[in-house]
Amino acid sequence: MKPAPFSYHRATSIDDALSHLKAGDAMVRPLAGGQSLVPMLNLRLAPADKLVDLTRIDALKQTEQRADCIRYGALVTHAAFEDRRVPDASNGLMPFIGSQIAYRAVRTRGTIGGAVALADPAADWLTTIVALEADVALVGRNGRRTISGTNFAIGPYMTAIEDGELIEAIIVPRRPGSERWGHYKVARKTGEYAESMAIALIDKALGKTRLVVGATDGAPLVLARASREIAAGNAGDSLAVVIRTELADSGRDFSPEKLLLHSTVAMRAVANSEKR
Amino acid sequence: MKSSISAVVNGKPVQTSVEPRTSLADLLREELRLTATHLGCEQGVCGACTVLIDGQPARACITLAVGIDGSEIRTLEGLDQDPLMFALKAAFHDKHGLQCGFCTPGMLISAWDLLRRKPHLSEAEIRVAMSGNLCRCTGYQGIVRSIKSAAENWARRAALAQEQGA
Repeated sequence: MKPAPFSYHRATSIDDALSHLKAGDAMVRPLAGGQSLVPMLNLRLAPADKLVDLTRIDALKQTEQRADCIRYGALVTHAAFEDRRVPDASNGLMPFIGSQIAYRAVRTRGTIGGAVALADPAADWLTTIVALEADVALVGRNGRRTISGTNFAIGPYMTAIEDGELIEAIIVPRRPGSERWGHYKVARKTGEYAESMAIALIDKALGKTRLVVGATDGAPLVLARASREIAAGNAGDSLAVVIRTELADSGRDFSPEKLLLHSTVAMRAVANSEKR
Repeated sequence: MKSSISAVVNGKPVQTSVEPRTSLADLLREELRLTATHLGCEQGVCGACTVLIDGQPARACITLAVGIDGSEIRTLEGLDQDPLMFALKAAFHDKHGLQCGFCTPGMLISAWDLLRRKPHLSEAEIRVAMSGNLCRCTGYQGIVRSIKSAAENWARRAALAQEQGA
């Protein structure tokens, strides 16, 4: 099983990469960690005429601490989060997420920017950046722009990235120390893509809650009504009804089994937030 | 069009040229004849092709050879003088950590990396950490026992070395 032939350019800078991404009709793809793209090339599921390798661009590997946020370069690996080689402002949620993506030999190469750019609905970082209210910094030939993580994914594998644009960084706001996070994931096998996942961020001191469900065959779902009810003290069976109703009303056309799965996973994420 | 790359493989400098679509696994096996790196699924699932790139475990089947220019690669052959790998091989022999042996090189490299990062693990933690390496013969019982046994031997050895040093 070999990929179809393609050409290759090892980009030396962001500008160099952007100039090579412009290629008329040819299918040019940026290559980050390659942990999803290369298997897809091997299986000949993703056509590519040319790969632009981003992994030697130092500017995409930098992490910058700012007063109100941390800016992670797109090439920061899952293992760097897992090993806490980059700073954390999520009360440990990001190191935890990094530690349970796929397998160690994938985490050492796979990057947060690459994972977010692919926008696999069942992948971990997409749901995480929506939960954390992170922003995605994009760079293209027409300059730079920032888009909120919540508006970034517009469907399965579909994002707001325009032709010839790259993710430069993921900008995560410093979460309040009083916030507690809960996470729950259902996967058929350890390290596999999720059947369902949910993240609950609950801050009793500030009276704020954010509940997000991922692996929903599209962009992650922010359950705004359930979040308000949790903040107001709703719990148990009556909260489960609220979550299930909100999921059913989301327009995603969930089967009864999926509805039960996602609502159960959301409830467990809420319950897990109490354990921290 | 071929691109030229240079890398250090098992301590030896290598200079060659590869087609962009050539995987690191194919470069190691076909050109360098380092056949301990096995190819099972060729899509990053089975772990048989796990090697070390700059000291970190990686799947050689989903790493493009052209992308490893300037890196240091170590395969199972390159760890044959390594004392931790020796302990692991002895434990796999002792505790029936293999049957057909196809998955074994990947198992050994993943376990080597695991014990270097986390020397004190429970059986359940070993199972989770090794979940990226598939074995179709053993049912994993012998593999988990082997890694646990190697970890214990390695910890004893480290304690002894510390005692003697003190």
